Amino acid sequence: MSAASAETAGLPVEPVTAKRSYRGGGLLTQLTRSPSGFAGLILVVVIVGVSLIAPIFVEAPSADVNLIWTPPSSAHLLGTNGSGEDILKLVLRGGTTVIFVGFGAAALTTAIAIVMGSLAAYFRGRFDAIALQITDIVMTIPTIVLLAVLGAFFQLNSPVALAALLGAFTWPVLMRSIRAQVLSLKEREFVEAARLLDLGTMRVVFVEIVPNMASYILINFIIAITNAIYALVGLYLLGLAPMAGSNWAIMINDAWTSGAMFNPNAMSYIFSPVAAIILLQLGLIMLSRSLEEILNPRLRDR
Amino acid sequence: MPVLKRIWHNYVLRRILRAIFVIWVVATAVFFMVRLLPGNPVQVYINQQIAQYGVSYQDAAASAASYFSFDPQTPILVQYLNYMLGLLHGDMGMSIATRGVSVTHLIAEYLPWTLFSVGIGILIAIVVGLFLGMVMAYRRGGAIDHGVTAIGSFLHAIPNYLMAIIIVVIGGALLGLFDVGSMRGTVTPGIDPSYGLAWVQDIFYHASLPILTYVLTTVGTWALIMKSSTTQILGEDYVTVARARGLNDMWIRTNYVGRNAILPMVAQIATTAGFVVGGAIFVEQTFKYDGIGVTLYSALQTRDYTVLQGILLVLTATVVFANLIADLLYSVLDPRIRTDETGA
Repeated sequence: MSAASAETAGLPVEPVTAKRSYRGGGLLTQLTRSPSGFAGLILVVVIVGVSLIAPIFVEAPSADVNLIWTPPSSAHLLGTNGSGEDILKLVLRGGTTVIFVGFGAAALTTAIAIVMGSLAAYFRGRFDAIALQITDIVMTIPTIVLLAVLGAFFQLNSPVALAALLGAFTWPVLMRSIRAQVLSLKEREFVEAARLLDLGTMRVVFVEIVPNMASYILINFIIAITNAIYALVGLYLLGLAPMAGSNWAIMINDAWTSGAMFNPNAMSYIFSPVAAIILLQLGLIMLSRSLEEILNPRLRDR
Repeated sequence: MPVLKRIWHNYVLRRILRAIFVIWVVATAVFFMVRLLPGNPVQVYINQQIAQYGVSYQDAAASAASYFSFDPQTPILVQYLNYMLGLLHGDMGMSIATRGVSVTHLIAEYLPWTLFSVGIGILIAIVVGLFLGMVMAYRRGGAIDHGVTAIGSFLHAIPNYLMAIIIVVIGGALLGLFDVGSMRGTVTPGIDPSYGLAWVQDIFYHASLPILTYVLTTVGTWALIMKSSTTQILGEDYVTVARARGLNDMWIRTNYVGRNAILPMVAQIATTAGFVVGGAIFVEQTFKYDGIGVTLYSALQTRDYTVLQGILLVLTATVVFANLIADLLYSVLDPRIRTDETGA
């Protein structure tokens, strides 16, 4: 029974004694062998890398009233926007907030899901019932709508606050599947052994049990990033997040509200950030799908 | 009291009580959340009056007092009790910002358009996705499989509101395939249901872009889910046996493979529906399609507490009931779920 439920929970059923370092190395090699996984990895690394490094090396573009809506040229490869700023520089520098908030929110949501899910499954009883009830409630509220409401009311001036808000409402689905996996994992012999050794609850749960789900958690962390970016950019487009500074989402909002879609010279202003966001999302999705295929052989074609 | 005990342990009853409890908690949480946050509808109105007409603060406040039946000074607990009492009678109160309009009326006017566009969108996406997914599973490794997988992943990566923007900019502005301006709103003014077929055509005309957005962004996901589900079923013994019995291929495909492959997707449909309705705020705003998303957005702008409460309550209740129905369906299909629940 426990083996069957482990399989339905998508766990790699393998001896737990396998050395993790070996598995980690094998993961990267396998990833480079799958074309879509490799492409996804490259996309993510390049976009994240450029977005993190660009603010240091590329200086902020300056507004220039003589260069409003110029088409792409050798001086401005992607042209300029309505204030005469270089679009290429804006795109290069515009990913920092989006990526920071996306990764931060995903980290928070994954952390909450791991702690709540594993403890609920480990203790069962009343704690489990309450945790499940909270999950039910949070899962029910349409997240996007709630974020829109909260985003409009709170003045979310810092990226940290945005990430915290996004992370605080998106954990229930992952929490449930982690709970299901811990339910089956905790019946295994090695957990029994750890418990008999009296290693302490925290150690048994977070050192002995949770690392067995590392790959599953990694995949869900990546998916959580895409969800957080979706919600974040949506909030910006509705104008519910602070419009200070500049990032991809603010660029799209600016282009849209200034009627750029009817101006042929402004096409690059609206499409460059759209392309950047889509490519980042695509990379993350391809990465998570290949990881899933590698780590869960049942998904591979028979 | 064995009878009472049996009633208490009845799965369906417990499930329904839990659903009602969840709705109550959400309604309460939303009520206080909306009020404890900065800014209130009267303040917003006063600020608007001052900014737009340049009246003095006293004048604006006086006009606000006569305009609003809502008084922010009423103790919050009294407001809450009134709200809850109203809800018990199915009354969600009056809109604060728009005088003389009840929240129920507002929702009844705008929600159907969202459900209509989202519903048709999901329906088309599922039907096409199921078909594509089965074809992919039967021709694994073929051109269709690779092509649909690649395109599906790409479409899945595009957030639906960006898809909406792309459709408007490329289809409407660059290529001139359609006139975005005339497609705004849900129906052309002057045309009503009495026009019959013309009315149906008109509402589909106005809903076509939102529907297209929902279909494009979700169809790939359905195809991929259906593919993996079908692939799994194809390996089952009963399919092999059915083939060995020499049953008609078409019969095996629909009755043995298709039916069983679709089963695990029932719950997924409920979750997706909730997600798409949530995402509809962004999409409707882009197309200026007057559904519940646009209503919610304008209620946010005016801090219209009662409308916000009502919309969130209705959306939550929809999701809760969708889940409830999915759960009950599953408990009929798979009796183990019922016994699990009482055993825990």
